[in-house]
Amino acid sequence: MTAFQIILMGLLIICAVSVSFSKNLLNSILIYMSFSLVMSMLWICLESPDLAITEAAVGAGITSVLFFVTLKKIRAIDASGNETKEEKEHE
Amino acid sequence: MGPNLFANYGEAVSAILFCIGFTNLLLQTNLIKKIIGLNIMDSAIYLFLAEKGYIAGRVAPIVVNGITSTEAYINPIPSGLVLTGIVVSVSVTALMLSLTIRLYLRYHSLDLDEISTQLKKEGK
Amino acid sequence: MSRKKTAEEYRKTFAFRFFRWLSGEKDPYTGEVEMHPQKEYQPDPGAALRHEKEHDAIMDKVYDTEHNKWLHLFHRLYQATSILFCLFLIALLLVTVSYLPAVGTATRPVNNEVAERYIEKGLEETGAVNIVAGMILDYRAFDTLGESHVLFTATVTVLILLRLNKREKDEAEVSDRRFEPKNDAILQLVATFLVPIIIIFGIYIILNGHLGPGGGFSGGAVIGAGLVLYLNAFGFKKTERFFTEKTYKWVCFFSLSFYCLAKSYSFYTGANQLHSVIPKGTPGAILSSGLILPLNIAVGLVVACTIYAFYAMFRKGGF
Repeated sequence: MTAFQIILMGLLIICAVSVSFSKNLLNSILIYMSFSLVMSMLWICLESPDLAITEAAVGAGITSVLFFVTLKKIRAIDASGNETKEEKEHE
Repeated sequence: MGPNLFANYGEAVSAILFCIGFTNLLLQTNLIKKIIGLNIMDSAIYLFLAEKGYIAGRVAPIVVNGITSTEAYINPIPSGLVLTGIVVSVSVTALMLSLTIRLYLRYHSLDLDEISTQLKKEGK
Repeated sequence: MSRKKTAEEYRKTFAFRFFRWLSGEKDPYTGEVEMHPQKEYQPDPGAALRHEKEHDAIMDKVYDTEHNKWLHLFHRLYQATSILFCLFLIALLLVTVSYLPAVGTATRPVNNEVAERYIEKGLEETGAVNIVAGMILDYRAFDTLGESHVLFTATVTVLILLRLNKREKDEAEVSDRRFEPKNDAILQLVATFLVPIIIIFGIYIILNGHLGPGGGFSGGAVIGAGLVLYLNAFGFKKTERFFTEKTYKWVCFFSLSFYCLAKSYSFYTGANQLHSVIPKGTPGAILSSGLILPLNIAVGLVVACTIYAFYAMFRKGGF
């Protein structure tokens, strides 16, 4: 069990470092999602199944979905902004 | 150096994770990466608390076969605290993301340096 | 000798002019003082434009961040300092951790009489098999009430920040739908199978909160995730049949006030009287442990609604 915990903690550190070094925002959000999943496995190792369920549903699920929606919203703002600019140029 | 650095490897990892998240907050200029850094700091604190309550060789605090002796279960208090913290961190994340969307609507940028430059150019 | 002045002469005297002025027939200033109507102000567009251009040029020169040598130097210095500071912080924390008592031993100062009391008396006093659930919803229920209100307040704040009016909302929905396939057949088929299973699993987690791992928070999050999947597959038209802003308002209001009243009564009567009204039941049965099951359901409803509301507000600025 100890070796498994050490592997999981190594994964945690790798994920946390690679969030800041990934160029693409979508990639860093996916890496954060995997960070949360590894964390929820670690809760099982630490004998806290309550936390594992909550982290898997909330940390890996809902938080990532909120990040994705934010990215999508930002792309939509970009697209609508470009469109109005093009319309002005056409006029 | 004290004697327990290798026995406390979980707490050491949580300290390192906390500092990685803090570095993210200091050095990243992208707002979404800053928010992820704050979430990593959150998780590090939760890991530290859960390591505090863990006792080797005991099981999770769910009563089995009516045994209610202290020798059988781990400490339930950190679990309760962390459960509260995880849910609050989600609402904090949602609040920060909605502020990010407002900033993007106004300045069309996620980069904090660019936003502050635009602010100064407007003379505010 | 006085002689009579002719009318002609009289006209030239001071008295004639004074009485004329007094009776208001003549204003002595008329024709004497130079008077023009004020010229109407006309803004000069050229000058304003020039001024703005000069202002912009100065501002560009001042905030020319890309060619500012000192700013670059400061930036490098800031980065180096922050990395050094973080390394120092890591070293400090690691040294502190190395002096802490070892993880996994039962004699740490964390494991004091409070935790012992919860474990030994928890089942007997709260009736919950899951000691963590008994702790957060019975001994520390006030804490959890505050946490539910944190969620509610966060939703209200997000609503203030992202709210759109009716016209903008329609536009937002149009632009929102542009980047995804409308009525995707595969997604809809998968969602038809998965959404009931996900929601039933969430209900199971909530109802078993006092018997095993789980509870209001995780179960509510699972139900919220199911609703989000349904929304993604079928669009806002279908979800608005059963979930609108009004639903959110009433569900949150009833859940939070039920929680508040039940727990206030329990605290008011000394935190152990209400169990005589709701029996604790046999530990291990679904209908046991007094107030914990209804409180779990209330928390689960609040969390599920909050998560769906977050998603809907991020998508189109409203429910």
